[in-house]
Amino acid sequence: MRPDYQLSQLDVLQAEAIHVMREVAAEFERPVLLFSGGKDSVVMLALAEQAFSPARIPFPVMHVDTGHNFPEVLEFRDRRVAELGVRLIVASVQDSIDAGRATEETGRHASRNRLQTVTLLDAIEEYRFDALFGGARRDEEKARAKERVFSFRDEFGQWDPKNQRPELWNLYNTRIRRGEHIRVFPLSNWTELDVWAYIEREELDLPGIYFAHQRPVFERDGLLLAENPYVTRGGDEPLFTATVRYRTVGDMTCTGAVASTAGTVAEVIAEVAATRITERGQTRADDRTSEAAMEDRKREGYF
Amino acid sequence: MSAVSPGPLASRMDILRFATAGSVDDGKSTLIGRLLYDSKSIFADQLEAVERTSRDRGEDYTNLALLTDGLRAEREQGITIDVAYRYFATPRRKFIIADTPGHIQYTRNMVTGASTADLAVVLVDARNGLTEQSRRHAFLTTLLRVPHMVLAVNKMDLVDYQAEVFERICEEFSAFATRLDIGDLTFVPISALHGDNVVDRSANMPWYDGPSLLHHLEHVHIASDRNLIDVRFPVQYVIRPQAATDAALHDYRGYAGQVAGGVLKPGDEVLHLPSGFTTKVRAVEWAGQPVAEAFAPTGPPSRRTSRPWCAGCPPIRSWPSAAGWSSSTPRARSRPSSPTCTTGST
Repeated sequence: MRPDYQLSQLDVLQAEAIHVMREVAAEFERPVLLFSGGKDSVVMLALAEQAFSPARIPFPVMHVDTGHNFPEVLEFRDRRVAELGVRLIVASVQDSIDAGRATEETGRHASRNRLQTVTLLDAIEEYRFDALFGGARRDEEKARAKERVFSFRDEFGQWDPKNQRPELWNLYNTRIRRGEHIRVFPLSNWTELDVWAYIEREELDLPGIYFAHQRPVFERDGLLLAENPYVTRGGDEPLFTATVRYRTVGDMTCTGAVASTAGTVAEVIAEVAATRITERGQTRADDRTSEAAMEDRKREGYF
Repeated sequence: MSAVSPGPLASRMDILRFATAGSVDDGKSTLIGRLLYDSKSIFADQLEAVERTSRDRGEDYTNLALLTDGLRAEREQGITIDVAYRYFATPRRKFIIADTPGHIQYTRNMVTGASTADLAVVLVDARNGLTEQSRRHAFLTTLLRVPHMVLAVNKMDLVDYQAEVFERICEEFSAFATRLDIGDLTFVPISALHGDNVVDRSANMPWYDGPSLLHHLEHVHIASDRNLIDVRFPVQYVIRPQAATDAALHDYRGYAGQVAGGVLKPGDEVLHLPSGFTTKVRAVEWAGQPVAEAFAPTGPPSRRTSRPWCAGCPPIRSWPSAAGWSSSTPRARSRPSSPTCTTGST
């Protein structure tokens, strides 16, 4: 806090996010925070801790586990949850497949990315969640740039981008009927750089894969994919070892690494500040399906 | 609050939130595309996608509006339906842009986008002058209490960059603005398509001696838009750890919320509404740690609540019943007043 009552951009974003989180805790009966172990959800969990301290975070956290996650990230997830003493709910895509609710994609580009939606919506129904916090940011993607902070979902979990609710000032509409829910995005106005700057300022711990390390990778469609048991590598995709780090963390099947030697938060910030490519553009195969891939998935109930 | 490390980004940079407004096809999305493009804030893959789409549609030039028109229906119809948010930063400021729709049937989306803005850029097509929709949007931004306004006369290239056209529109709008509650009004002649006076000063309009639009956005003074005098603190949530193991937290009761106006310090006497009881702030805390004071963050909501209706609100029912009233902010949270404070009513 400064003597001249000025706040830095991070202070303003932090205040906004905490205000949103408290509003949800005060207005909804069964909120849940989506926690994957990725950098955005790490920031979310830190904000929730600050918002309700010295009390515990008054809602559980949930992870939609595709079964294709990086083991380092799952380990980090469990450690962090244990530290905070919050309840972790794991919704498993494998269970949905086993139950016949979802069908595994086949072929070279098979991914469980889209199947997550089924598992997520089933979990919402099972636990009767009425508000779900997501760490999505508007700077990530053009459909996300259009979404409200409190984003309404109908009883089928669908988003209607042409009929969003008004959202004036910092007043949020929390009214829903049974079976409907709200997706809440406290980090809406944060950029990738803000997230990293916050991680640096608050000295937050991250999974190791966000920093440079040696890894066997192969190249596909311009992405460096890690060698892993869930992807069938073609004969024209030779394996080689490279020094990489992850800019985003998703499934091993569709998240690409970037060549980098940045080993500390400060070095990552310098890299992010200088980059000319968006994080999803550089690392996500799932957005490349079509021009409106994200909007189409969001309409179906994807986060 | 925690000590701010002197990292490269922990600087004194602040945030300006601005919204575009104006009628359909006055060039709001194009202007934002131009601002992002000329300030080198567009990523290579985004630009490539826009260029590819423009080419596929057979357009002569890169359609920068595609940067913000992110929905399928918007791209199909070539219009903006809902507000899109974009982010960029210059060495002076971080900017949050709300690109709002111009069609009258999407006015509610325009209001959503403009409500959080510190500044509104109202665009006018130089060929058409003021339209009903540009007046409507200008009026709505004042109704929302957006404190700063820029009237950007766009498409100056289509009127041969004539000073007379710009001056005529400025005069017309000034006459209209006398009936509005506008604190700060600036006029800029621009061509969003070609970039005149958007980021750099235009060589085509030597008669204009003011700053470019971006220069104005970087320098407009917003720090005084907050109210740091009249204390208003809406309680959002009550924090009760109820930790049986920790005696210090057993009776802890903190009132959490965002300070809407004024500065709160421990020891301040405060009046609770609607009960009318007074009490003293015992402590102000942030993330469990005591801090010296709490004050409103920047942003338009703080201005709204500083209006007199809040102070004149009559007591209706008695609350709280158990503990005294104390304060908190996003920056702060408090311990409850001692029980004696609760009886200290007005």
